[in-house]
Amino acid sequence: MTFNTFLRHLREGAKNVFRNGWMSVASVISIIVSLFILGVFILLVLNVNAIADKADSQVQIRVYLNLNVDKQLRETVQKEIAAMPEVSKVDFISKEQGLVDFQNSMGDEGKDLLEGFDNDNNPLPDSFKIEVYEPTTVPFVAKKIEALNTSHSDQQPIMKVKYGKGTIETLFKVTQTVRNIGFVFVAGLAVMSMFLISNTIRVTILARRREIAIMKLVGATNTFIRWPFFVEGTLIGLIGSLITVLILFVGYDRLAAAVGSDISLQMNLLPINDLWQWGGLLLILGVLIGMWGTTLSLRKFLKV
Amino acid sequence: MIEMQDVWKTYPNGTHALQGVSVKIDRNEFVYVVGPSGAGKSTFMKLIYREEVPTKGQISVNGFNIGKLKQRKIPYVRRNIGVIFQDFRLLPRLSAYENVAFAMEVIEAPKRQMKKRVMEVLDLVGLKSKANHQPSQLSGGEQQRIAIARAIVNNPSVIIADEPTGNLDPETSWGIMQLLDEINFRGTTIVMATHNKDIVNTMRKRVIAIEHGNIVRDQLRGEYGYDF
Repeated sequence: MTFNTFLRHLREGAKNVFRNGWMSVASVISIIVSLFILGVFILLVLNVNAIADKADSQVQIRVYLNLNVDKQLRETVQKEIAAMPEVSKVDFISKEQGLVDFQNSMGDEGKDLLEGFDNDNNPLPDSFKIEVYEPTTVPFVAKKIEALNTSHSDQQPIMKVKYGKGTIETLFKVTQTVRNIGFVFVAGLAVMSMFLISNTIRVTILARRREIAIMKLVGATNTFIRWPFFVEGTLIGLIGSLITVLILFVGYDRLAAAVGSDISLQMNLLPINDLWQWGGLLLILGVLIGMWGTTLSLRKFLKV
Repeated sequence: MIEMQDVWKTYPNGTHALQGVSVKIDRNEFVYVVGPSGAGKSTFMKLIYREEVPTKGQISVNGFNIGKLKQRKIPYVRRNIGVIFQDFRLLPRLSAYENVAFAMEVIEAPKRQMKKRVMEVLDLVGLKSKANHQPSQLSGGEQQRIAIARAIVNNPSVIIADEPTGNLDPETSWGIMQLLDEINFRGTTIVMATHNKDIVNTMRKRVIAIEHGNIVRDQLRGEYGYDF
């Protein structure tokens, strides 16, 4: 192929996008629709993942001490817990601090109920707030802490170990399921959009069957006929995915700003700067789909 | 130039379109192919430009054994054969100029040479002034002239014309015939299937009559010979 012929193919491919008018628009729209759904889903899965990660890291263990534990024993227990390799942090919450926290967490109405309790008749025990490195080890660490009662045989220091038994296990299951379903769904959507688009392109090529037959009568080789179509498909894929990425990112930016400024939601979406690579992925996918769609659909009609 | 030896063609649906045709067409000849509809004229033409392959027998065009041609060699053989059809078969979204230039783009002709040559043939068919018109903006006769320009632009040795005047009024038809005669005069072999009695009887050339898949008559300066 001479350079001039190559330029000719590029020119013809670009012209064809315009010559085909509504057919091109239809192809572009079908690319936009499928990539958009795909993109929304990717963003959703990414954010659910981030939220799940955060929820994981917030899982903690509360250890309540018996009321008669003295300062020395308390510090020994704290050291023993801190020495466990899974544990990242141990905070001591005194019964006084516990009462204040409790009152705060009850809000304005609950304050009345707790009135009358002060440091002299505080019903709450001292406690530890424990964080671990790996959330899945929580049940295991909780058991280990409970076992400290057996090692301190003279006086059992621990009244109760709480870690939201059940809730944590459910949370793990839910986040894992969301991830799995999410990825299966994204993969399925990607394949589906490919077929949708290759079908649209097939329709446009079907309409041009006669032209292909004429070109072959004039002595055009298959390669010569294929190139402009190939360029056209690539351009349509590029245009479609560019528009999609633009819509997605502008929309996401607005949404993230809205979510971030709404205090009652108490959450932030992933910052848009972390997501550019996914935009790039959608662009590449769009172009590949365009190329693949034309090549696949053309093969049938070139056997004239 | 074109030679058929005992050529048979049976379509998958069982139609025996050609049954043992042997013929020889020399360089620079002008041949009418006549006969009733469905007699095998179109199959005869299609075999020459390799749209169909013979079931049996040999066809050679310009020294190529057309029946045994490899799929990817077909385009190169077709570049030496100009084809003209009743329904013109122009690329609908290209201008007259672009349609003719397409045949030269296919053979990767240099750009400058292409411009010159395309304008030259458009001038020859008398449509230089309508180079930028789309096919839909041209009359039937004009479209056929563009098709002829496309067919001759690469100087093929043969032109295959399948009822080129079939869709045109008598006056326009004569214009097309004069053009084909001129092209033949310049040295191109022309094989033309036709139903036009006036043309065959007036512009006397070799006549090959096909009926029921056989050549029943082959005369130099022959007559149309049918009453329709």
